[in-house]
Amino acid sequence: MEINAQWVALSTIVRKEIKRFSRIWVQTLLPPVITMSLYFVIFGKLIGSRVGTMDGISYMQFVVPGLIMMSVLTNSYSNVVSSFFSAKFQRSIEELLVSPTPNVIILLGYCAGGMARGLMVGVLVTAVALFFTDIQVHSWPLTVSIIILTSLFFSLAGFINAVYANTFDDISIVPTFILTPLTYLGGVFYSINLLPDFWQGVSQLNPILHMVSAFRYGMLGAGGEYVVYAFIGLILFTGVLFAVGLHLLKSGKRLRA
Amino acid sequence: MTAALSIKNLRKTYGNNFEALKGVSLEVQAGDFFAVLGPNGAGKSTTIGIICSLVRKTSGEVKVFGHDIDTDFSAAKQELGIVPQEFNFSQFEKVRDIVLQQGGYYGMPRAQAAERADKYLRKLGLWDKRDTPARMLSGGMKRRLMIARALVHEPRVLILDEPTAGVDIELRRSMWEFLREINAEGTTIILTTHYLEEAESLCRNVAIIDHGEIVQNTSMKSLLKRLNKEVFIFDVAGDLQSAPTLEGHDVQWIDEHSFEVEVEKGQSLNHLFAELTRQGYEIVSMRNKANRLEELFVSLVASSRAEVSHGN
Repeated sequence: MEINAQWVALSTIVRKEIKRFSRIWVQTLLPPVITMSLYFVIFGKLIGSRVGTMDGISYMQFVVPGLIMMSVLTNSYSNVVSSFFSAKFQRSIEELLVSPTPNVIILLGYCAGGMARGLMVGVLVTAVALFFTDIQVHSWPLTVSIIILTSLFFSLAGFINAVYANTFDDISIVPTFILTPLTYLGGVFYSINLLPDFWQGVSQLNPILHMVSAFRYGMLGAGGEYVVYAFIGLILFTGVLFAVGLHLLKSGKRLRA
Repeated sequence: MTAALSIKNLRKTYGNNFEALKGVSLEVQAGDFFAVLGPNGAGKSTTIGIICSLVRKTSGEVKVFGHDIDTDFSAAKQELGIVPQEFNFSQFEKVRDIVLQQGGYYGMPRAQAAERADKYLRKLGLWDKRDTPARMLSGGMKRRLMIARALVHEPRVLILDEPTAGVDIELRRSMWEFLREINAEGTTIILTTHYLEEAESLCRNVAIIDHGEIVQNTSMKSLLKRLNKEVFIFDVAGDLQSAPTLEGHDVQWIDEHSFEVEVEKGQSLNHLFAELTRQGYEIVSMRNKANRLEELFVSLVASSRAEVSHGN
C-alpha cells in the first residue's frame, strides 16, 4: 500500500474512532468530568483544606496533576479496549483485516483514537480544575510529552487486553483489578513520602507513580528527582507494548482462525 | 491469460487437529461466474477465509490475478471483494459510513470513496437507508449492505459466501440480476451456495467440495449433462392402490393419487401416456420432480465418500 493510501486508511480509522466516542459522549466524555469534579470538591476543597500541604504544595495543587493523569490514562485504556473488543465481538474488525491496510496502521489508528479520547478528557478535566485553583505549568514540553506518552502507553495496553479478551468480563478485569489499584496507590492523592520506607520501596515498582510524579513535576516544578528515569522508562515501555501489539496483529492471534 | 484466482494444494488443520482442507487446488478464470458447492462443514468457508486472509493456511499457495496473498498481499487484497456469510459490520454505525470507511481502508481518497459509496448504495436499493444505523436494517438489506461494502473499491474478483441465505425469493432474484450485471461488466464472481438452482441459474463453472477435497471441478453444462435421468410425478383421478407396472421404467407409488416414473433422457413420453391410458389410468397432471441437480449432487458426494471408505 502506498504511503498516501496508508495515510487515508489511518485517518479513516481515527475519524471512525472519534465518531464512536463522540456519539456515546454520555458514556465516554461526561462521566470523567463529573467524577473529577466530585474529587476536586471533596478531596481538593473540603478535605484538602484540612490536610494543609503535601510535599510543601497546597493539597489542591498537589491533587490536580494526579487527577488529570488518572482520567487520561483510564480513558485512553478504556477507549481502545472497548472499541477494539467490540469490533472483534461484532466481527467488524474483519473489515480491516481483509483490507490492504497494514497492521502498523491498524495499531496506530486505534491508539490514536484512544489518545484522542484520553487527551480530550484531560483537557475537560483541566478546565474543570480551573474553577477550583490556578494552574501553572512549570515546563510545557515535559508536561505535554509525558501526558501524550502516557496516553499512548495505556492505549497500547488497552489494545493488547482487547486482543486477548474473549468476553466482556475480560475487558473489565484489568481496569478493575490492576489499573484502579495501581492508580490509587500511584501517588495521585498522597505523596509516598508519607509511607514507611518499606512501602516507599514497593511503591517505586508502580509505573503509574513515576508517570504521575513526572507529570506533576512538569506542572509544578516540584519533586522531579527521578523525572529523567521516568521519561526514559516510559519511552522504553511504550516501545515494548507497541512491539507486542504489532506482533499480535501480525501473528493473527485471536483475530484470524 | 492470468487466472483470477489460483489455489494450489491448500491445506488447513485447525488447532483441534481438525483437517478442514486436505490439499485443495482450484483455478478460476477471469470473467468467470464460479460456484463452490458442498455440504455444511465441507471446507467452503475455510477456503474463502484463507483467500481473504481471515484464516491462516497451514500450507499451499493462493494467488489473485497473479499476486500471492503472502508475498504481495496488498495488491492481492486490492483485487478482492468479500461478502461473508455472517453479518460482520458494526451494528451501531450508519449504512453510508460503513461503506465509506471500507473505501478508506483500501486507501481511497474520501471524495472518491463517497462517490462510490453513493453509487453502490443506490444500485443496491439502500440509498433511502444511508443514514440508518445498520442494526435497523432488514436481513436482506444487511446482506446488500455487505455487497455494497465489498464493491466500493471495485475489485476484479467478488467472492460471496452463501449470499442469498435467508433472503426471500423476490430479493434473491433481484440479487441474481445484479450479480449477472456486474459479471457482464467484467467482475469475476465466485460464490458458495446451498441453493443448487442458484448455482445452476448463475454459474458457468462449478467445483464441488466435500471433506476438504475437491470432488468435482467442471463446467455447469457438463455437470448437467450427467443428469441423464429425470423423474416425473403423475397425478391420477380415482384411488390408486399401487403403482402401475410400466415396462422399462422404475415406478414408485407415492399416495392414493400419485406415483413417480423415472424416464431416461431421449426416451419418448408418448408410449408412457399410451400405456397408462391402455391400463385405464386417467392422468390429471404431470410435473417434473424438483431438485434434480440436488440428486446429482448427493450422488456425487456419496460416491466420493464411498471411494474414500473403500480406499481406507
